[in-house]
Amino acid sequence: MSDTPAPAPQSRLRRAWDSDFTWSFRHAPVAIVSSFVVLVLILAALLAPLITPHDPFNPATLNLMNGFTPPGQANAFTGDTFILGTDDQGRDVFSTILYGMRISLFVGFAAVLLAMVIGVTLGLLAGYLGGWVESIIMRVADVQLTFPAILVAMLIFGIAKGITPPEYRDQMAIWVLILAIGLSDWVQFARVVRGATLVEKSKEYVQAARLIGRSPFSIMLRHILPNVLNPVLVIATISLALAIIAEATLSFLGVGAPPTKPSLGTLIRIGQEFMFSGEWWILFFPALALLALALSINLLGDWLRDALNPRLR
Amino acid sequence: MLAYIIRRVAQSILVLLVVGLVAFAMFRFVGDPIDNMLGQERTQADIERLREQLGLDQPFIVQYWRFLEQAIQGNFGLSYRQGRPVSDILIERLPATLELAVVSGLMALVGGIALGIFTAIRRRGVSANVIMTLSLVGVSLPTFLIGILLIYLFSVELGWLPSFGRGEVTDLGWWTTGFLTESGLKALILPAITLGLYQMTLIMRLVRTEMLEVLRMDYVRFARARGIRERAINFRHALKNTLVPVITITGLQLGSIIAFAIITETVFQWPGVGLLFINAIQFVDIPVMAAYLMLISVMFVGINLIVDMLYFAIDPRLRADRTQGGH
Amino acid sequence: MTDTPVLSVHDLVVEIPTRHGVLRPVDNVSYDIHAGEILGVVGESGAGKSMTGNAVIGLLDRPARIVSGEILLSGQPIQGLKRDVIRKLRGKKMGMIFQDPLTSLNPLLTVGDQLTETILEHLKVGQTEARKRAIAALEEVGIPAAAQRINSYPHEFSGGMRQRVVIALALCAEPDLVIADEPTTALDVSVQAQIVALLKRLCRERGVAVMLVTHDMGVIAEAADRVAVMYAGRLAELGPVREVLTQARHPYTAGLMASTPLASQGRKRLRQIPGSMPRLGALPTGCAFHPRCEFAQDKCRQEPGPTIDRCDGRAACWFPLTAKQEVSA
Repeated sequence: MSDTPAPAPQSRLRRAWDSDFTWSFRHAPVAIVSSFVVLVLILAALLAPLITPHDPFNPATLNLMNGFTPPGQANAFTGDTFILGTDDQGRDVFSTILYGMRISLFVGFAAVLLAMVIGVTLGLLAGYLGGWVESIIMRVADVQLTFPAILVAMLIFGIAKGITPPEYRDQMAIWVLILAIGLSDWVQFARVVRGATLVEKSKEYVQAARLIGRSPFSIMLRHILPNVLNPVLVIATISLALAIIAEATLSFLGVGAPPTKPSLGTLIRIGQEFMFSGEWWILFFPALALLALALSINLLGDWLRDALNPRLR
Repeated sequence: MLAYIIRRVAQSILVLLVVGLVAFAMFRFVGDPIDNMLGQERTQADIERLREQLGLDQPFIVQYWRFLEQAIQGNFGLSYRQGRPVSDILIERLPATLELAVVSGLMALVGGIALGIFTAIRRRGVSANVIMTLSLVGVSLPTFLIGILLIYLFSVELGWLPSFGRGEVTDLGWWTTGFLTESGLKALILPAITLGLYQMTLIMRLVRTEMLEVLRMDYVRFARARGIRERAINFRHALKNTLVPVITITGLQLGSIIAFAIITETVFQWPGVGLLFINAIQFVDIPVMAAYLMLISVMFVGINLIVDMLYFAIDPRLRADRTQGGH
Repeated sequence: MTDTPVLSVHDLVVEIPTRHGVLRPVDNVSYDIHAGEILGVVGESGAGKSMTGNAVIGLLDRPARIVSGEILLSGQPIQGLKRDVIRKLRGKKMGMIFQDPLTSLNPLLTVGDQLTETILEHLKVGQTEARKRAIAALEEVGIPAAAQRINSYPHEFSGGMRQRVVIALALCAEPDLVIADEPTTALDVSVQAQIVALLKRLCRERGVAVMLVTHDMGVIAEAADRVAVMYAGRLAELGPVREVLTQARHPYTAGLMASTPLASQGRKRLRQIPGSMPRLGALPTGCAFHPRCEFAQDKCRQEPGPTIDRCDGRAACWFPLTAKQEVSA
């Protein structure tokens, strides 16, 4: 009866290439460009010590005479040239940006990871166990959601700063930032994971797994978790952009990364002082780097959301 | 409906109690209040006396209750940094923040809803797509960068508008306003745009998404099948249904304008409560932090309550128990 | 009955371009509906029934589009008309009833608002007259105390009452054609019969032409004058309901009948058609039904299935069943 030819055997690679996901990636120039930019920026940040001509935080290599060198021009006193110029202390702006991006990205990734672990765990527990566990978790989430994340982060930062002894504050600042941003951002994950868990829980395969006596822990881990990964991935991407912006904002406000370990936000804070006196490059390039980073991650997240959620297309 | 309101009010009070607990815990456990209030020269007797005076020897719950009593009367003690009553400082600074928040909130609301509708209706149009792309740039641009950009353009390069401060303000006794002088209004423009732009893009994207969702609904198809004109479908059928979810999130957004004012106020050195809060964090000025937290929680919770009440005005399904007499 | 049918569809083809190729959810479909007549359109989900209705009323969702064929409304072609002209035809000349009365009504507007809005759009009457007509329309579909209920919101009606409101809305501007897309599917069984009876009554009293899309053979047997059976986007069989139900010529119709419990057929063992309808992207060569057809021959596998007019005018089958041929047990 079946006289239609059997489909030609396809390699796994071929199937992945043809899948809807990669198809929509290949046909979205925005996604290609932005993921390229993200990759380049991440690589540049990771390889900063290899790429940068100077270590901006090693006082031995700094020459105060190099201060305020405009980009691409030779310094009047020393004759040195810097591709993006130097700041007031003679630090190479290009190098500070790469090192700053390292800190921004590190804080961003770590904070999102923290938020994700907390949020996914609590969301799974709330959705699977229900009852008072769910009530408590979701009430806390509701209360926290009443307040903007950035405010919560500031508050956590302020409290943590109050608790840490002054001599450790600069050292701890990065970790406090991660904690503050991570704790301010878990709610999104928890809500989505809880919703998805409720849906999955009622499906037959989970019911079946329960009937044959699988432990709740293994059901959550092996059956439910894989099914909530898509939305979690989307939220994580968008959260990453938000976390990087939050970090930059806190640092810009002076309640984040200290000047001894400047992130992009700290650099912009420093650069702002020179805006009126004409040394625009100290402000401009870090700002541009931050914008490129945040924008390309956001565009990627936006595309990802559409690609994984066909209904919105 | 009454039961619902009572429940919501009870929930709000619970939220405020929790926030109060956080604020109190800050007072009690972040740094030692005794350390903060007494100078270097102190005797054990001084410490004991102050401890008793402040009630620090009482059980935790009693202390918390006292703290709440004081907080309701607006008494948050003295600022560690300025040595003046925190409530005085807040009252002095509040008008600046509220004026800024109201102006940018209105801008965000009107602009956001209008642009959201436009981009939803002209989904495939060129201008709608340009606006959507720009809005993504707007969301990715941190507020402080927008502020800096505006300062650079309009203050540094063009020299049209002031880059910091509130301009000349008129003192009305209980309120200071910048609305009545030219320099006050000029000084308001850049901060208001900075603060409103981000919220505007968010509201716009939200309105667009909701509206597209509603336009896919069966009742919109049915209205189309009855030959209702597009205008009426968009503005009578779709917009009203769009507003229900939009109101919730927009309400929260407007609340967060007060929080985001912290950033704008820092960029423009705008003398409001946000700038006060940032300085308080930098100097670990706990009473100011706690008081600010309580103040803005009251505002948030109030806004949330109003938003909930607005539902009733828009959605007849929620009014069900009142109109069911017709059955 | 006049000679010009209210709705006349000729060789209608609807296509959806996808990246896996072009799909044809409606393929060369032709039929007429006369005034006062109910044409039942049956078939499995995905057979193209609803798509045909949407194409007629001009509400195809992108990227689906009509690529060829003709739609005549009272003899007048409606393709190529300006969007605003077609919009004015909707409601005024043709109405549509959707499946789910829960979602077909705008929850934030009273039923009166929605009725008067439609009446004012199409008929040259004032506010008060429109309201009067709205009440009359509600009364006509059997809503008690219509004058008071007109101020109610949709959520204040039960499911069956809501579907009556929907029917009133579809008919309030007095169209000549009504497309009812699964009007009973979302309702309780007890209410279904009432709604079918209502549709039937309105059709007779007003002389409206009704296209009744459903997958329920019972509804067809109850209400339709003629029936069109669709399979994989094509018309399989078209004829008077009594003849088609009792003496199917297309093997698919026969299979469909054998698998449906009908009171009129007495006690008989229900049978199912083996396999399932192919997806539009993976249609077999030849007649789309041949892999499931027990009478399939080489011709069916090689040559594309015939259209109805190229056969005996009733069944699109190379080897239509004769009266003696029964589906073997």
